[in-house]
Amino acid sequence: MGAVFESVDAVAEALRGASYLPDRGLATAIHLSLALDKPLLLEGEAGVGKTEVAKTLAALLDRNLIRLQCYEGIDASQALYEWNYSRQLLAVRALREEEASDALVHDVFGPEFLVERPLLAAIRAGDRAVLLVDELDRADDEFEAFLLEVLSEFAVTIPEVGRIAAERPPAVVITSNRTRELHDALKRRCLYHWIDHPTIEREVAIVRLRAPEATEQLAHQVAEAVARMRTMTLAKPPGVAETIDWAHALAFVGNGSLDVQTAEDTLGMVLKDHEDIELVRPVLPRVVAGDA
Amino acid sequence: MVGFGRYLRRLGMPVGPGRVLSFVRAVAALAPAGRDDVYWAGRATLISRHDLIEDYDVAFGAWFQAGRPVSIAIEPADRASTPAARREELPDRDDLEVRVGTTSARWRPLDDDDEPGEEEAAIGIVASDVAVVRNKSFDELTEDEQRTAAALIRRLRLRAPHRSSRRTRPAAKGQRFDLRQTLRRSLKTEGEPLKRAWRTQRTRQRPIVLILDVSGSMAPYSRALLLFAHAAMASGTRVEAFVFGTELSRVTPMLRQRDAEEALRRIGETVSDWEGGTRIGDSLRQLLDGWSQRTALRGAEVVVCSDGLERGDPEVLATQIERLHRLAHRVVWVNPLKGSPRYEPLARGIAAALPFIDEFMAGHNLHSLEELGDLLTR
Repeated sequence: MGAVFESVDAVAEALRGASYLPDRGLATAIHLSLALDKPLLLEGEAGVGKTEVAKTLAALLDRNLIRLQCYEGIDASQALYEWNYSRQLLAVRALREEEASDALVHDVFGPEFLVERPLLAAIRAGDRAVLLVDELDRADDEFEAFLLEVLSEFAVTIPEVGRIAAERPPAVVITSNRTRELHDALKRRCLYHWIDHPTIEREVAIVRLRAPEATEQLAHQVAEAVARMRTMTLAKPPGVAETIDWAHALAFVGNGSLDVQTAEDTLGMVLKDHEDIELVRPVLPRVVAGDA
Repeated sequence: MVGFGRYLRRLGMPVGPGRVLSFVRAVAALAPAGRDDVYWAGRATLISRHDLIEDYDVAFGAWFQAGRPVSIAIEPADRASTPAARREELPDRDDLEVRVGTTSARWRPLDDDDEPGEEEAAIGIVASDVAVVRNKSFDELTEDEQRTAAALIRRLRLRAPHRSSRRTRPAAKGQRFDLRQTLRRSLKTEGEPLKRAWRTQRTRQRPIVLILDVSGSMAPYSRALLLFAHAAMASGTRVEAFVFGTELSRVTPMLRQRDAEEALRRIGETVSDWEGGTRIGDSLRQLLDGWSQRTALRGAEVVVCSDGLERGDPEVLATQIERLHRLAHRVVWVNPLKGSPRYEPLARGIAAALPFIDEFMAGHNLHSLEELGDLLTR
């Protein structure tokens, strides 16, 4: 395919333009995913911006974002298509005066009675869409096998309608929080990238970009405090989203810099777990100031 | 580049030709590719597991800096101990044949002419002893009691566990209304849905994977556990069994033998590290790396039978059991030491593994093996 982007740098540049700061590895992975038509599998801690990648990519390429949120028990009828049974029933009853013929059966199972679910929508949209398969690790592993089938062909066969195939495959981003290991067969088909927590410099840049009302000094302090929190053994280490929220909150409270009192007052913005808060509160001066 | 892929495979990473092909295509797509591009292209295509990233980094550095690998320096640490070195840790193996057949001096095989009929009779005679045998720890049984116990274990019947599948099948009485079928039927009656159709959930057999410790410290129990594994084999087709001491061996084909004694004898011939030390973590790693594709670990009932006296690094054990935990439906750890009322899981190995274990059981006597059987069928 004619490359959507010229180079890795172009990808990074474009993402930056859309307020997403990728590191070199992520930009490379996105570039390759688009150039080679391979799904991109993103793993990483919660809150490092996995889902955000797909959203930004869709905005960037001016494509529709089609999101398939996975959950336990999801099946083909929720992911691919379903018949609109009530409409079918109505249609059948409206027509029953006439002959119940094969033609009628054909009509009732026509495309207009098909309820499109995300995967079918993505296949139909082809390269006008970005398909986000979010939190695939939550779905059952049989669903994974089914997804693999769809991803390898980008076509489905609906018995009553026939084969529907994508002319050009959509861009696909799959995210997983690694609550369970995904099948190797699926992984082999994807490009893999592990998103780490950003370095302090990058996080400062992200905060500056996403919370422009925060001062340079505040952004630095917030990023450093969060980085220190991540080194503690917390149940839910704060993600980038939490850092940004915190910066927003602190800027809103009107502080140009971070002090222990305000940090304590707004701690709920970064830490979302009671035990974590109890753990951090006593050492907060050290977390904020950074001296041992 | 192909060389790099093969090099990773030699280091034990799961890098197949498909991945190497993707890698080459990726680098081509990035051309002109700098060292950085090649690094990231490889990371995206050659591996897809977080815990391999470190290994990949080391390997990449070695391959692309020196031009050719410095094979000894970057060999992963756990492979450093050669089979020869490991063998030295084992006790004297002169009488291997004898011991292998009997597993331990305390556990003699039943005589060859021991007909099933006689077994029944023997059990009949000692019926009052059965209760005693059931609750006595395996390592305290007398020779006669051992025979009784062995016969009783053989008679254990496991029902294979089932789980409900995602798929449904038509059923006369089901929980789910089958609109699709109802609609089709209604066409016969001019669109009037007279007959309603139902579907019910299918069930599938859950795989069972037994991982048995046959190291020295487990000697009094290993025979009983192997007999238990043999009995479990009969419960269904999706049962796998492995034994380990310092390394892992798959014993499923041997246990498929109908005759339990013959099965144990053949296991004895194949398994090389009876009654040596214990490397649980390494053995689990071998299982997860080497067998996870072929063996149904995913969604399985995994039973690890070991006393948790780990000689290797408890860190390794913790990571491997965590991996196992993520794959399996349930991890059951059977520890004969737990049979003692004073036992606390303080040994380094078991302490590291404990957070990732769903059920922690004793398994030191017949009664507890029966409990294990019940647990698995639930």
